[in-house]
Amino acid sequence: MWQFFHKLGSPKWFYGISTRLMPWLLVIGTALLMAGIVWGLAFAPKDYLQGDSYRIIFIHVPTAFLAQSAYIMMAVAAVVTLVWRMKLADVFVKAVAPVGLVITFLSLFTGAVWGKPTWGTWWIWDARLTSMLILLFLYGGVIALDRAINDEKSAARAVAVLVLVGVVNIPIIKYSVEWWNTLHQPATFKLTEKPSMPAEMWVPLLLAVLGMYLIFGWLACIRMQTEILAREQKTRWVKDLVMAGRH
Amino acid sequence: MTAKAPDIRPVTASVGVAQAMKSVFLRDVRVAFRQRQDLLNPLLFCVMVVTLFPLGVSPEVSFLREAGAGILWVAALLSVLLSLDHLFRHDFDDGTLEQLVLQPQPLFLLVLAKTVAHWILTGLPLVVLTPVLGVMVQLPGNSIAVLCLTLLIGTPVLSLIGSIGAALTLGLRSAGVLLSLLIIPLYIPVLIFGTGTVAAASEGAPVGAYLALMGAFLVLAVTLAPFASAAALKISLSNS
Repeated sequence: MWQFFHKLGSPKWFYGISTRLMPWLLVIGTALLMAGIVWGLAFAPKDYLQGDSYRIIFIHVPTAFLAQSAYIMMAVAAVVTLVWRMKLADVFVKAVAPVGLVITFLSLFTGAVWGKPTWGTWWIWDARLTSMLILLFLYGGVIALDRAINDEKSAARAVAVLVLVGVVNIPIIKYSVEWWNTLHQPATFKLTEKPSMPAEMWVPLLLAVLGMYLIFGWLACIRMQTEILAREQKTRWVKDLVMAGRH
Repeated sequence: MTAKAPDIRPVTASVGVAQAMKSVFLRDVRVAFRQRQDLLNPLLFCVMVVTLFPLGVSPEVSFLREAGAGILWVAALLSVLLSLDHLFRHDFDDGTLEQLVLQPQPLFLLVLAKTVAHWILTGLPLVVLTPVLGVMVQLPGNSIAVLCLTLLIGTPVLSLIGSIGAALTLGLRSAGVLLSLLIIPLYIPVLIFGTGTVAAASEGAPVGAYLALMGAFLVLAVTLAPFASAAALKISLSNS
C-alpha cells in the first residue's frame, strides 16, 4: 500500500502509466459520450411537459456534475499537497483548474440555453445558478493566483490553501436547490433513490455522464504530462524520452 | 521618600498567549492611530460609493428605499476589501511579520489578534457610520437598526475571510486586484444573507433565523479563517 503511494508520487511512474491509460480513456470516453448524446438527442422519448427542449439535459447534467466533481478532486489533491507535499498532487491541481473553469462555463451556458425556452429567461438569480457562478469565479481565482506566484513550490501550496477555503461553496451548490427551493429543479440523479425518469431517458444520461468523466480523465492526464515534462526537463528520463522520440 | 527601584525583571522565556495577543492587538491599534489618514480613507471611500448610486441610478425615494441596504452593504464590503491590503503589508515590508512567525505563541492566534484590530479600525467605524448613510438613502428607522446589526455581525466575517486573501497575495505583483478576485466570491454568501435580513425586516418578517445564520458564519470564520491565514502567511514568507 505505502509502496504504491510512493510510486504514485513519482512523476516518471505516472508518465509511464498514464501513457498506457490515455488511449483507453479517450476511446471509451468518446464512445460512451457519443452513444449517450446520440441516443439522448435522437432516440430518447420526448418530455411530456418540455417537449424536445429538455434534450440539452444530456449535455447540461454531465458538465454540471463534472464541474463540481473536478473541484472536489482538486480539494483532495490540495490536502495531499499540504500534508504529504506530493509533487503529482499539485501538478493535478494546476492541470485541472482550467479544465474545471471551461466545464463550469459550459454548464452555465447550456443551462442558460435550456432556461430560455423553459423559464423564459437566459439567466435568473436563483440559488443554484448563483452558486455555480461563484464556482466559476473560484476556478478563476485559483488560476490567477497560480500564475501570479513565480516560485513553483510556494504557488502550489498557496493555491492548495485557496482551493480548500473555496470548498465551503460545494455543499452550498449541492443543497441550494433543497434549501431555497427556487426555480432550478432538484438533482436528476441520486445514489440512494431510483431516478424519477424512465430508463430510455436516464440510461443515455448516465452514459453521457460516464463518458464525460473519462474524457475529463484523459484531459487531466495529457495536461499533467505536459506539466511534468516542463518541470522535469532537466532530468535524465525526460531527456531519454525526448531523444527516443526523435528517432 | 525613597527613590523608586528601577523595574528590572529577568527576561523570561516567553509571555503567555493572551499577553502576546493583547500586545499584537494594541500595537496594531497604536500604529494605525499614528497614521490617521489610513483610518479615514475607507470611510470616505464608503461614503463616496454610496453617493454614486443616487446620482448614477436614481434619486427616487422608492428606488433608494428598495436598494439602500444593498448599496450600503456593497459599499462597506468594498471598503473592507480596499483596506485589507494594509493588514499585513507594512509588517511584511519592515520584517515585523517574520518576527511574529518566529514567536513561540501559535501564529494563528496572533493573526486573529491582528484581524480583530483590523475590524475595530475599519469594520466598526463603518457600522457607526451606517445610520447616517442609511438616512441619506431614505431607509426607515427599523431597517437602519437591522442593517447596523447585520453589519456588526457581517464585517468581522469580511475581515476574517479577507485576512486569508491578504496573506495569500502578500508580496505579489498587482496584489490588490488579485486579492479582490480571490476574496469576492467568498464574500457573496455574507452579502446575500446580510441584505436578505434587511429585506425581511422591511417586510415585517422575523429576522431571528437570518441573524442566527449570520452568527453561524461568524463562528465558522473565527474558528477556521485564522488557521488558513496563518498557513498562507508562512507560505508567502517562505516565498520572499
